[in-house]
Amino acid sequence: MADGHSGHLHYSLLPTHYCPLTMLENFSFRTIVEYLPLFGQGLVTTVWLSVLSFAGALAVGIVLAAMNLQRGRLFRVPAKAYIDAVRATPLLAQLYFLYFGLPRLGFILPEFVVGILALSLNSGAYVAEIIRAGILSIPRGQVEAGVASGMTYVQRMRLVILPQAFKVTIPPLLGQAIVLVKDSALLSLISVAELTRAGQLLASDRFMPAEGFITIAAFYLLLYYGLKGLAALSGRWLGLAGARA
Amino acid sequence: MIWQQLQSIAGSYPLALRGLGMTVVLSLISLVLGTLLGFCLGILRTGGNRLISGAIGAWVDLIRGTPFLVQIFLIFFILPELGIELDAFTAGIIALTNLAACFICEIVVAGIRSVPTGQVEAALASGLSRWQRMRQVVLPQAMRIVLPPLVGQYVLLIKDSSVVSAIGLTDLTRVGWLVVQRVPNGLLVFFLVGLGYFIVCYPLIMLARRLEQRMGAAHGEVQL
Repeated sequence: MADGHSGHLHYSLLPTHYCPLTMLENFSFRTIVEYLPLFGQGLVTTVWLSVLSFAGALAVGIVLAAMNLQRGRLFRVPAKAYIDAVRATPLLAQLYFLYFGLPRLGFILPEFVVGILALSLNSGAYVAEIIRAGILSIPRGQVEAGVASGMTYVQRMRLVILPQAFKVTIPPLLGQAIVLVKDSALLSLISVAELTRAGQLLASDRFMPAEGFITIAAFYLLLYYGLKGLAALSGRWLGLAGARA
Repeated sequence: MIWQQLQSIAGSYPLALRGLGMTVVLSLISLVLGTLLGFCLGILRTGGNRLISGAIGAWVDLIRGTPFLVQIFLIFFILPELGIELDAFTAGIIALTNLAACFICEIVVAGIRSVPTGQVEAALASGLSRWQRMRQVVLPQAMRIVLPPLVGQYVLLIKDSSVVSAIGLTDLTRVGWLVVQRVPNGLLVFFLVGLGYFIVCYPLIMLARRLEQRMGAAHGEVQL
């Protein structure tokens, strides 16, 4: 037994279930507090990256949904192809595609811009499906009533379909926002200084992965419960507004 | 130029095959384990015991509320501190299985809750045991609701398996990352990587869509 690894010896002699105790003893809240400004910056970065990306995703999604709802193939086929391509490939591969590919096309952009672009283009495909489903959920009778009342296409869209579709899409859109916030963690892999990156820094600078990653997990949970609460609230509000038939 | 790069990429096809193999193996193992575990969790959660269902609900929320990348880091870097030795592959399997189980648990719960209570009461009145009720009455009907999102979840699982490249597993995404260091054409390399995933995932997406239409036609409305 005396093989020189004396530092490890008494650990290996203990049954493994004693080890959590030793880890908890070593768990350094002081280091977490010391790194709190870094985590704060990371959290703020994650939030504004997500907000910008979600705005981008809405823009991409609205355009794609509009293209996808056209009768003509000219717009519908490319939109469908794009949505399928995004849905059938991982975000990380898409991120690397832009990160390593854009410089080749002559676009040398900061990492965070590449990240926002990737998140917008990725989430946009999902948002497009949500919007399309929302519009298609409006009963045909509504459209026909609009036609019978002599409304034009734009009037029908603006006054009949979109106000109703808007309500239906809010809860799934908030769900997509939750997915987007979590997806933004991948930007740490192209060294954007967001929340996960802060955790990685603590893990590698001080060799304290537990402190780093548990803390950022807690921060992400904060964002998650916030958005989830918002989704529940909006659902209740929409229910009161009589969105459900 | 492009021709040379293509040749260079073609030269690394053994690596690419290994990467694709790793992606498929990772996904397949965690798909099977995750489905089994997810069904168990889902059934337990809808069972009467409040403590158990509360604990499962809390765990599912914890997993749904944090990024998968963070979960992988937690498992890969912290389990060893707890005295559990594990390599990157095992850590990847654990993380993916856990993720899949949590999402499938929610799908199964939604499916079980969609079965009218009259069905359960009828089974109860017929003197079926708990296990018989679940296996012969509730689950077969729940499957209609469960199946389409379950297949969709498998697509998500395959895509999420790309994230394990962050702890150094040589999966398809990691292969792309390695090749792009040598062949400076990110567009081409990651187009090919994407194509690899597309070939695996797209048929599953089509299947999910078809199931959704079929089940929807049979059932009136399908919850996603």
